[in-house]
Amino acid sequence: MLNRRTFMKGLAGAAALGGLAACAGNTPRARPHVVVIGGGYGGATAAKYLRMWSQGAVDVTLIERNPAFVSCPMSNLVVGGYRELADISVSYAALQSKWGVRLITDEATAIDHARRTVSTTANGVLSYDRLVLSPGIDFMTAAVPGLEGNFERLPHAWKAGPQTVLLRQQLQDMPDGGVFAMHVPKSPYRCPPGPYERACVVASYLQRHKPRSKVLVLDANTEIQSKKALFTKAFQSYGKLIEYVPNSDLRSVDAASRSAELEFDRVRADVLNVIPPMRAGSIAVRAGLPLVNGRWVDIDWLTMEAKGVAGVHVLGDALQPAPGMPKSGHMANQHAKLAAAAVLNLLAGEPPSPAPVLTNTCYSFVDDRNAIHVASVHQYDADKRQPMPVEGAGGLSTAASDLEGQYAFAWAKNIWADMLS
Amino acid sequence: MKKESKVKLSPILASLCLLGVGLSISGAAAAADANLARNLAATCANCHGTDGHSAGGMDSLAGEARDRLMQKLLAFKSGSRPATIMHQIARGYSDDQLALIAGYLSARPAHE
Ligand SMILES: Cc1cc2nc3c(=O)[nH]c(=O)nc-3n(C[C@H](O)[C@H](O)[C@H](O)COP(=O)(O)OP(=O)(O)OC[C@H]3O[C@@H](n4cnc5c(N)ncnc54)[C@H](O)[C@@H]3O)c2cc1C
Repeated sequence: MLNRRTFMKGLAGAAALGGLAACAGNTPRARPHVVVIGGGYGGATAAKYLRMWSQGAVDVTLIERNPAFVSCPMSNLVVGGYRELADISVSYAALQSKWGVRLITDEATAIDHARRTVSTTANGVLSYDRLVLSPGIDFMTAAVPGLEGNFERLPHAWKAGPQTVLLRQQLQDMPDGGVFAMHVPKSPYRCPPGPYERACVVASYLQRHKPRSKVLVLDANTEIQSKKALFTKAFQSYGKLIEYVPNSDLRSVDAASRSAELEFDRVRADVLNVIPPMRAGSIAVRAGLPLVNGRWVDIDWLTMEAKGVAGVHVLGDALQPAPGMPKSGHMANQHAKLAAAAVLNLLAGEPPSPAPVLTNTCYSFVDDRNAIHVASVHQYDADKRQPMPVEGAGGLSTAASDLEGQYAFAWAKNIWADMLS
Repeated sequence: MKKESKVKLSPILASLCLLGVGLSISGAAAAADANLARNLAATCANCHGTDGHSAGGMDSLAGEARDRLMQKLLAFKSGSRPATIMHQIARGYSDDQLALIAGYLSARPAHE
């Protein structure tokens, strides 16, 4: 095991190098400084693990625009009325008090990776030795004519917070006999099973309170994108309440009438939940990082640095995933640990681990208490230079169960603690 | 690079052997990466808590006897121990990796 002395020795060298970067920015630092942008599933985990694994030898500054963490996982239960927003929110206080992370509640506006600096709206320019970037996703709103500026009438609720509450409100206000229509964008998008989980949870609410209503799932894809057999079964259990329509290409929306223009159809809804096409968080795009299809950051999997951009480590939904790797919070947490280990090795003048392993587990609720899962394990393949799913490992639930529902709640509790306390 | 990791290899390998971690050929990967056990165990933390200290609703693994942990992991892997998900996850790791995980978690204090 790397002992503290060797590590500190390595870091002393790194700190000397770091001095160079510091000259370009503001205060010179005696210790290495890592800046993390984004305090979600990836960034918060990275901030904590960098402090924990360096035993405080590395300074970490976390820049997050929101005052508290609000979880997307479990947010569909808030839409369904089974949980409150407070139940899925966690404070950043322990990251500061217990782990010594410096928290800046602000917007990161620009990255200069040549000078190794980050600009913020209200906190000036910060210099870093290494940058961890986990900004999540932003929407390509312009791809859906009529959507721009209309997220109040047509909520996405694909970033948890006020949007989640808004969609809940609209569902509550919907009359019995109304239509809740959801549009699912083409893959890849954040959380492959998420839309189908939402359809089930909304249907479970409607079944109890407004049984003459309907959930219309308009999917741009040819089929259900995750846990297909399990969701098909769950949809069937709701009878006529859920209607699933694949190959639904969305052409435009009209906010005033809450209608969606599809390739062959026009749908008017009482609640219209359009999940827009998405790409890496805009700060990654603005920073000029290499993008695959103009959408996702291309990275080197041993260090998680953006290809050709030394010192900028990208995590979570923003990156171009390796085969079989979903855009999930669980996966973002695993990315963060891989990146934290690599950052500390590099700061100590050591090569990154040659054989990283990542896992994924995603639970989805099919009502207020029964859940299903999909799991996978990904081992680094030196020839392919990326992690590959292990054949014969991973898999799905045999059926939805209350036991897995309990595990899903325990998963949330534990992963929130693993990131934030 | 190759040369460098070889130089570092021997003392770490030696100390792992002293710890009694059963290493076979693929133990070389562990030796090339001094933090391998820590990093592997961190893949469990999403569900079982940081360093195996569960926040509730899942088994805490910190401080559990290494042999017991290893036995459980191998039983999940072979399918002899019933599970909803652990059989699927355990199969993703080599026996050496599971041994490193068991070794690391058993060495954590049972309470934070
Ligand atoms: C409805 C729904 C259900 C889901 N269910 C699950 C589930 O059950 N299990 C699961 O594993 N995953 C689930 N996911 C997916 C999961 O939410 C994402 O994969 C995860 O959040 C990705 O982590 P991230 O760090 O990349 O992004 P995020 O968690 O979104 O974090 C990004 C953070 O960066 C901040 N930020 C961005 N840009 C800036 C800037 N310029 N300046 C300052 N701050 C900035 C944002 O405010 C945000 O807090 C679900 C998603 C949705 C929408």
